[in-house]
Amino acid sequence: MTMPQHSAMPLLEVDDLHVRLQTQRGPAEAVRGIGFTLERGETMGIVGESGCGKSITVQSLMGLLPSSAKVSGRIRFDGAELVGMAESELCRLRGNRIGMIFQEPMTALNPLHTIVRQIGEPLRLHRGMSAGQARKEVLALLERVGIPDPASRLDAYPHQFSGGQRQRIGIAMALACGPDLLIADEPTTALDVTIQKQILELIRGLVAERGMALILISHDLGVIAQNVSKMLVMYGGSVVEGGPTAAVFAERAHPYTQGLFGARPAIGAPRGLRLATIPGSVPELVDLPPGCPFAGRCRYTVDACRATRPPAVRLPHGHEVRCIRLDEIAAQEGAVPA
Amino acid sequence: MSAVPAAVPSAVAFKVPGFWRRAMHHPSFAIGAVLTLLLLAAALLSYVWTPWSPYEMDLPSKLQGPSAAHWLGTDSFGRDVASLLLVGARASILVGVIAVGIGLTVGTALGLLAAARRGWVEEAIMRLSDFTMAFPAILSAIMLTAVFGAGIVNAIIAIGIYNIPTFARITRASANAVWSREYVAAARACGKGSLAITMQHVLPNISAVLIVQTTIRFAIAILAEAALSYLGLGTQPPQPSWGRMLAEAQTLMFQAPLLAVFPGLAIALAVLGLNLLGDGLRDLLDPRLARAR
Amino acid sequence: MSLFLLKRLLTLIATLIGTSVIVFLVLEILPGNAAQMLMGPDAAPDAVAALAVKLGLDQPAWTRYWHWVAGMLSGNLGDSYTYSSPVLDLILERLALTVPLALLAMAFTTVLALLVGVTAASRHNKLGDVGLMGLTQLGMAIPNFWFAILLILIFSVELQWFSAGGFDGWGDGILAGLKALLLPALALAVVQAAILARITRSAVLEVMREDFVRTARAKGVSQRAVLWRHVLRNAMIPVVTVMGMQFSELLAGTIVVENVFYLPGLGRLIFQAISNRDLIVVRNCVMLLAAMVVIVNFVVDVLYAVIDPRIKASDI
Repeated sequence: MTMPQHSAMPLLEVDDLHVRLQTQRGPAEAVRGIGFTLERGETMGIVGESGCGKSITVQSLMGLLPSSAKVSGRIRFDGAELVGMAESELCRLRGNRIGMIFQEPMTALNPLHTIVRQIGEPLRLHRGMSAGQARKEVLALLERVGIPDPASRLDAYPHQFSGGQRQRIGIAMALACGPDLLIADEPTTALDVTIQKQILELIRGLVAERGMALILISHDLGVIAQNVSKMLVMYGGSVVEGGPTAAVFAERAHPYTQGLFGARPAIGAPRGLRLATIPGSVPELVDLPPGCPFAGRCRYTVDACRATRPPAVRLPHGHEVRCIRLDEIAAQEGAVPA
Repeated sequence: MSAVPAAVPSAVAFKVPGFWRRAMHHPSFAIGAVLTLLLLAAALLSYVWTPWSPYEMDLPSKLQGPSAAHWLGTDSFGRDVASLLLVGARASILVGVIAVGIGLTVGTALGLLAAARRGWVEEAIMRLSDFTMAFPAILSAIMLTAVFGAGIVNAIIAIGIYNIPTFARITRASANAVWSREYVAAARACGKGSLAITMQHVLPNISAVLIVQTTIRFAIAILAEAALSYLGLGTQPPQPSWGRMLAEAQTLMFQAPLLAVFPGLAIALAVLGLNLLGDGLRDLLDPRLARAR
Repeated sequence: MSLFLLKRLLTLIATLIGTSVIVFLVLEILPGNAAQMLMGPDAAPDAVAALAVKLGLDQPAWTRYWHWVAGMLSGNLGDSYTYSSPVLDLILERLALTVPLALLAMAFTTVLALLVGVTAASRHNKLGDVGLMGLTQLGMAIPNFWFAILLILIFSVELQWFSAGGFDGWGDGILAGLKALLLPALALAVVQAAILARITRSAVLEVMREDFVRTARAKGVSQRAVLWRHVLRNAMIPVVTVMGMQFSELLAGTIVVENVFYLPGLGRLIFQAISNRDLIVVRNCVMLLAAMVVIVNFVVDVLYAVIDPRIKASDI
């Protein structure tokens, strides 16, 4: 994925990223040649079904994968190469220049440490703050993320907070040292719908306020539409389509993207209308063919699809798709009323 | 990611093709099996042949170290140590088999009853087991043998009584898990009685746990018998016992240090073999039971 | 917290009372007349009868139980038949050896187990892990009295650094006393440490799979710091549980180990009393052992609440 070049170096450049994992059935490629760039302050979303490799991708950015995982390719963060970087160097980046929020707030916090200790940990680690200084800073952070009456809650334990509040605490922890990049891996999936909106607003606000770059992972197209300026669609470890959010939403060039959009329930649709689904099911990683991962489930599949990975096709506005059947798809779409 | 393979009832697991091949390659199981078989072989061999008679005293040859004639040396009465060890294996196995057998039969029956009946029956059985287990085993065994008389029979009973609550607890816990499964609910809906369900569904599914537990308790029984014999409360002379050999050897540590090494080694190897066997079986029979390896 | 403690204390007292009843009953059902057993089968009948009266055996069980409990609370436990001295003095004298021995053994067990368990977990599936787990398998297979004998063989017979047994009391100073208890404590500790090390390792491995460990690493905490600052405390709950159970195993182990080293401790007293049919001593010693186990369980319960703040909250 390339965007129009800026004069400054992009904050994050990922090129030909491959991640090989050890599964029960042998080694499998969970990420197959992903690439993208992210400028400072830019927001990007990654959308896809469970198991498509979204989480593995961002975890490999932070070097959080188990030691049995093999990462190859290039990940340049602010000029430094992360693949193969020494663990001690990576520790200096994590929580400091790159912050991460996880999906399950109920289990993401250490149940036996007070929250002031947990939020203060990166501050004391990376900024060398004393306990007293950290305490003040944590108080300010809790105020900013919207925990009511923070002064009295500093020495409380995670189990004394609700799910939404724990996620706010997680956000405070990730932002404590003012990172350049915030990665949010499905931050609202495990929360109630009413809380989801609040948390996303909070993240949006903080990102804008601090000029952070954001990578937001979600399987919810609505969340992607509202929060990020560009997006990647992933399937089977590859990026099948990517570009400015508006362009992807309007064009939906790749058959998988069409399937995703088509599967959304529409308010106001006639009663009894069945939800469109993508036929077949997501194959296991060990079973994916060398070519396009969507081959077989896609109704435009031909033999060439399975043979090799489709090259990236450039569309207007910096929009890219990996599919060799675009012309046929356009022809078909033209013939059938949309 | 890929699904965890579903647990196969262990009655069937042994017949799954490739089971024995996998078993042979599993280090714990392989080493454990070899050691356990050695133990059994020693005991069986002792019925047919021993280098010397373990009861034959030969005072002029007493307290000798290992030699061509006496491979592991002789004790304070000139008896051949190797022969004593072989025959001593009999006592260990006898105690193990019967004591664990008592626990397995009575304990499992109680546990199955508790799981099938629930309610106050379950409570009563569990409280009783809790209490029995709260007392250190060796203390109860010592009390029983001291009061009712020392000897291998009472030692077996004392150790056996101890196995009952252990098997009862484990059986009940596993059986409860099976009772809550859907196919059991289906069987009950068809009108199957508790006894039939217990025999046809519960027992086959918990047998993996029971097999593993049997090997572990066997090992513990061997240790307990050795301790009781060491204290003079277990197997009585002239029947050879590894524990008692250690007690005799202790008084002669300065003159014949090796005498104290061999019987203890025998105990350790037997127990090690059974523990490894149990570990291996646990991994092989139900991968979901396997702890973090 | 105080409500939690109060509840636990009441349970403790209730359990102690229940235990005393059971201990009393168990010894009641032993066959034969207690006096008869004490004096042996050849004693003259009137001597046996006289002893029976002296032991209060002619009174109903209920009264005897009550006398015993009252005696326990007031410090009069009766006299030992074999030693002809007050049981209380006897027990206190022996405790002065067994309690420090048990504590020393517990300390060894804990330190060894935590070191081995955490190290093995941090080198999971590598050579260090496999090697250490092999050692623990050996440790579990070794009878503690054999290990004791081996220790004596190596350190007393060969190297002559320690005596082969016996205990001269604390009169010569703490260090001299501890030196005499060192080998016995090690013998007691090795089996328990092996078991506890395995438990520690698997508890640590379980905790390392939890989400909050990933969060800590995402904050930049190093693997080592994650292990000691985040993982260990969370792994302690199952570890402390097993430690509590091991204490009673430890006490039982003293019965055999004290015999090996000829230590005049509580374990040896129990064994000799049982052999001599000195039922008064046996009853009080068994009660003492049971009480120690119950108290240790109480301490473990309280420790849970200290380690894990969620427990106080949910319990009330």
